[in-house]
Amino acid sequence: MDKKIYERPILRKVVEGIPNKFGSLKRLRPIESIDNVLIDNLIDQYGSPVFVLSEKTIRETYRTAYRAFSTRYPKVQFAWSYKTNYIDAVCRVFHQEGAWAEVVSGFEYEKALDNNIPGNKIIFNGPDKSEEDLARAINNKSLIHIDHFDELYAIIEMLDELKERPQVAIRVNMDTGIVPQWDRFGFNYESGEAWNAINRILTNGNIDLIGLHIHVGTYITLSKAYATAIQKLAVLATRIFERFQISIGYIDVGGGFASQNTLQGAYLPATDTTPSFDDYAHTITTAMTSASFPNNETPTLILETGRALIDDAGWLAGTVLANKRLADGHRAMVIDTGVNILFTAFWYDHEIYPVHETSFQSEPTTIYGPLCMNIDIIRKNIDFPLLNKGDRFVIKRVGAYTMTQWMQFITYRPNIVLIDEKGKTHVIRKQEDKEVFRRQEMIPEHLKVN
Amino acid sequence: MSKLNSLAISDNGFIFKPATGESFTTNEMGLFIINLLKEGKSGDEIINAITEDFEIDNVTAGRDLYEFLDFLKRENMTD
Repeated sequence: MDKKIYERPILRKVVEGIPNKFGSLKRLRPIESIDNVLIDNLIDQYGSPVFVLSEKTIRETYRTAYRAFSTRYPKVQFAWSYKTNYIDAVCRVFHQEGAWAEVVSGFEYEKALDNNIPGNKIIFNGPDKSEEDLARAINNKSLIHIDHFDELYAIIEMLDELKERPQVAIRVNMDTGIVPQWDRFGFNYESGEAWNAINRILTNGNIDLIGLHIHVGTYITLSKAYATAIQKLAVLATRIFERFQISIGYIDVGGGFASQNTLQGAYLPATDTTPSFDDYAHTITTAMTSASFPNNETPTLILETGRALIDDAGWLAGTVLANKRLADGHRAMVIDTGVNILFTAFWYDHEIYPVHETSFQSEPTTIYGPLCMNIDIIRKNIDFPLLNKGDRFVIKRVGAYTMTQWMQFITYRPNIVLIDEKGKTHVIRKQEDKEVFRRQEMIPEHLKVN
Repeated sequence: MSKLNSLAISDNGFIFKPATGESFTTNEMGLFIINLLKEGKSGDEIINAITEDFEIDNVTAGRDLYEFLDFLKRENMTD
C-alpha cells in the first residue's frame, strides 16, 4: 500500500462575518453578457447607453404565460398591450407568437395595422378615440371597448355612415378590493352605470355587444381581485342573456400583472412576492370555470397583460461618468442613463449590476443620471461596488414602459438593439440625432436672419 | 488557465484572489488538482494522476473532480 489516502477536494470561501437577522452578506455578481452576447461588445458597437431586448426571453415568457392559461381554460387569447412597448419588432415577436393587438390611440392603431394585424384582431381601448379613429376601427371590424357615454353616443350618431355594424364591448369598473379603485375608466358596476350602458347599446339594435372588459389596476399582486371581477362580470352576462337573449363572446380581464421589479418602499423584493403566471392563471381560470355564464357557455378569455410579458426581456447597459462625495460624505455615482430614458426609476428600485467583476468592497451609494436636474435619481440608496469612471453597468428588467414613456430631454434617445434567438444583434430603433429634431421644427422667416 | 495563475496560493492551501480580495481554503487534494490545471492538464489526465497517487477508483475521482471544477468556475477562478 504505497498509495496515499484519498480525500475529496474541497474549496471553502473565507467569509467575514456571519449572516445575522438583517440578512447574509450580500455581493453583487457581475452580469457580463445577455443571451451570450458580451455587454462590452454591445456598448462598443452600439454606443452607451443602449437598450437591449432579448427575443428569446420575450418568446419564452409569452409561451410560459400562454401555457399557464391555455392548459387551464379552453379558449384563451392574448392581446399585446402596445403602450407597454410599441417598438414594431417587439410587437411583431408577440404577434408571431399569436397575440392580437391592444391599442389605446389612433397612433397605436396605425402601428398595429402596419404590423399586419387584421382589424378584427385589434382591441381598441382607452378614453381617447376620435370620430375618425372610431369610424376606421368599426369599418375594420375591430373590437371597440367603449369607455364612456360620450363615446357611445358618438358611435350611435355615426351609425348611418358606417359600413359595418360596430363590434363593441364595454369597459366596466368595480370594487374588487383593490385600492385605489380605477373608476376613471369605463362604466361603474355597483352604481348600475354599466347596466345602463348595456341597455343603451342593445336597445339600439344596430350595435353588437360581444364582450365585457375589466382592468383591475396596475401591478396587481393580489390575484384574487381578478376572481372578484370575473364573478361580477358573469352576473352582468347573465342579466344580458335574460333580458336580450344575447351571449357574451368574451371576457377581457385586461392586464395589470406585476413584474418582478420591486416597487420603491416594498418590504420584500418582488422576486419573492410577485405571483407567477400559474398563480394568476389558476385564480382567473378557476373563476371563469366556476362562474355561471348563461347557457353553460364558456366565453373566450382575453388577456392584455403587458408589463409581466416584456419587463424581463429588456436591459439597459451604460457607463459610469463620475464618482463624487456629497456634502454629507455619502457616495454618489453619476451614470449616463437618466430618468429621461428610465422613467420607471421613479417607482421601481431597479436592479443594477456591474458588467465586470469588482472588488469585495461596496458602499451605500446614490446613483444619479446625467441630467441637470436634482430629481434625476436612478437609485436613492444602494450598496454598490466601487466602480470607476468608464466602468460599465447593466440595469435589469427594463422592457416595460421605458421605451414608450421615455422623453427626449437634454440629449438624444439611444439605440435599441434586439438579440435574436441565434444570438445575432439588430438595431430595432435608431439612436436619434439632430436631424430628427430639425425635421420637426420650423423657423419663422423673421427669425432666420440673425 | 490564466485566471488560476492570477491567484496567490500558499503551500498549505490558502488561496487569495487579488482581483476581488476574496480568500478561500482548500485541502491537499484541491491543491493537487489546481497545480495540474495550471500545468494545462485535461480532466482525464488529472483523474489518471489522482488514481495513480491516491487510493481511489476512477469513477469517484471523476465525480469529485468535476464537482470541484464547477466550484472553481462558479467562483470565477477558471475560464
